[in-house]
Amino acid sequence: MNRSGGAAVALRGATLRYGHHLIWQKLDLDIAPGECLAVLGPNGAGKTTLLKVLLGLLPLSAGTVTIDGRAPSRGSAQIGYLAQQRDFDPDLPIRGRDLVQFGVDGHRLGLPWTRARRVDAAIAAVGAASYAAAPIGLLSGGQQQRLRIAQALASRPRLLLCDEPLLSLDPASQQAIVTLLSRYHREHGTTVVIVTHEITPIADLVDRVLYVAGGRWAAGTPETVMTTETLSALYGSHIDVIKVHGRTVVVGGDEGGGHHPPGGSHHGHGHDPGDGGGGGHRSHPAEGGGRR
Amino acid sequence: MNIGFLLAQPFAQHALLAAALVAVTGGLISPFVVTRGMSFAVHGTAELAFTGAAAGLLIANNPGAGALAGSLVVAGLIATLGARPRERDSAIGAILAFGLGTGILLLGYYRGFATEATSILFGNIFGVSGSQLLILATIGLAVVAVMSIWYRPLLFASIDPETAEARGVPVRRLGLIFLLVLALTVTGAAQVVGTLLVLSLAITPGAAAQRLSASPLVIGGLSILFAVIAADGGLLVSFQLTNIKASVFITSISFTIYLLARLAAPVLRGRRHYHHEGHGSHRTAQGMPEPAAIADPAGTPATTFRPRGDPRTGPPPQTTYGQGQEPSHNPEHGASPPAGGAAARNCSRPNSAEPATVRELTLWRAETT
Repeated sequence: MNRSGGAAVALRGATLRYGHHLIWQKLDLDIAPGECLAVLGPNGAGKTTLLKVLLGLLPLSAGTVTIDGRAPSRGSAQIGYLAQQRDFDPDLPIRGRDLVQFGVDGHRLGLPWTRARRVDAAIAAVGAASYAAAPIGLLSGGQQQRLRIAQALASRPRLLLCDEPLLSLDPASQQAIVTLLSRYHREHGTTVVIVTHEITPIADLVDRVLYVAGGRWAAGTPETVMTTETLSALYGSHIDVIKVHGRTVVVGGDEGGGHHPPGGSHHGHGHDPGDGGGGGHRSHPAEGGGRR
Repeated sequence: MNIGFLLAQPFAQHALLAAALVAVTGGLISPFVVTRGMSFAVHGTAELAFTGAAAGLLIANNPGAGALAGSLVVAGLIATLGARPRERDSAIGAILAFGLGTGILLLGYYRGFATEATSILFGNIFGVSGSQLLILATIGLAVVAVMSIWYRPLLFASIDPETAEARGVPVRRLGLIFLLVLALTVTGAAQVVGTLLVLSLAITPGAAAQRLSASPLVIGGLSILFAVIAADGGLLVSFQLTNIKASVFITSISFTIYLLARLAAPVLRGRRHYHHEGHGSHRTAQGMPEPAAIADPAGTPATTFRPRGDPRTGPPPQTTYGQGQEPSHNPEHGASPPAGGAAARNCSRPNSAEPATVRELTLWRAETT
């Protein structure tokens, strides 16, 4: 593992607390340039908080964080941020292309000179040209997410931070978004950090997993982290990681059953060479018209 | 009555000019008022101009200066007490009630004519003096300048504050700046044209314009246009029908435009959708500088499998563990680690719905491969 020298992101003894509440502690992690890291863990484990630290919006309680060898600075054009998916209000008076334009010059002062070419390029790059002129709130969740990605990539960032990019999307749209992210990742050598609660849809994209739970963490390849031993050690109670039909399913141990549906699994880890790993999906998901 | 004769009179010219100035500034901020959900803030600052005026009368015998100074105090109060969107309206309500009460108290100590202060509430468009026009023009210029400088970040922060903040936009500071602009505009206008007209010119035109377009610049232009039509149009009508007050016509025209926009919106929206479907694909066909990167939605395979041991990234072969693995009870952090641990396990439970997702995904894959 390289010291912070060549790393895109380097965390050393990084600890974060809200008051007395410990979010996570002594996090040591290097993210290599061009690597894709998935951040997994239960709700409230501090996954989004980690992104806020990388964005320079939150200071660490202890330890250090550097991005390309420097402390994170708020609003850096080197970092693209895809905030957690939430549908825009149908009446929101803004078009898709205006949203993308925010990514080009939304932070700048002065009158709005339209950098139309850069906006058009960013929109075309995500294949959203046919609906970019429509009010954003009338588009489907998948279409909105495409435009958000165009916004996040408009500044050509070297580090892309995604917060639950597939949340509340149907499987077809999920696949389309993963395709977009993975192509950009591959072709631009962008470092990508994806916060997610489900690794299955992004399994082919991910190089390493950071699993945070209860203030503790584990990092490594999906195969080494998503194991009974690792997750049991992390949660401090017995966790079963079961392989079913080539998928890895995480089943809560001592609390299994009870008031929860049978199985109580909370992770489907679907890296499964057996069925081709999703390598042959040529069909473009139906994302045609607006929601209505 | 001869309208040509009226238009030659200074009072009529002053009135038309004052109405136009208020309309332009009101129309300019109106879309932001609507997008940020700050209609009640307009109402609050407009009515609290009365309290400022009463204080100004009592202290310096100058209601106008008092109203302007008071509006800045009110803006600061709203920004402080109503920082969160959810609590803003109730904070404004609380400030408004207390402010009006204070205004009545102040007026009780005033020995002159109370109409000096109460006229702030209703204004007198036909009694606009040259110096008042100058104040209105100054406020108008200041508002135009501020909005020109902060237009883009303000729009960004109004639409998507979270992303804007991550992009380096000072979201909270912009909120305060906009409140100050709002209070200044509203108060300056209120003492000339009255509270009633301010509401009609700072809220309604933007609301109407947003029904007709989703382009921020078009909305801004329409909003100013609607405000000027209502303000000066209403004045011109009142020159003909002199027995009815001008504000009746101004508010009526403004409301009529709003209703028409509401009626036209569904029609426009339908047509625009139909229109852009064809138009958009045409635009794609023109070809962009470097769209090939990830532009083509159908060409390449959906995902590409990359071996785990990709030397480019060189992930460590073994798992790294967090330090501080001492389980739950850590006296240093009080009760928090157990809470974290328990929360961790509990919170992961709702995800047990996921097998369904996995199943759907499998089905979808089966269909498409």
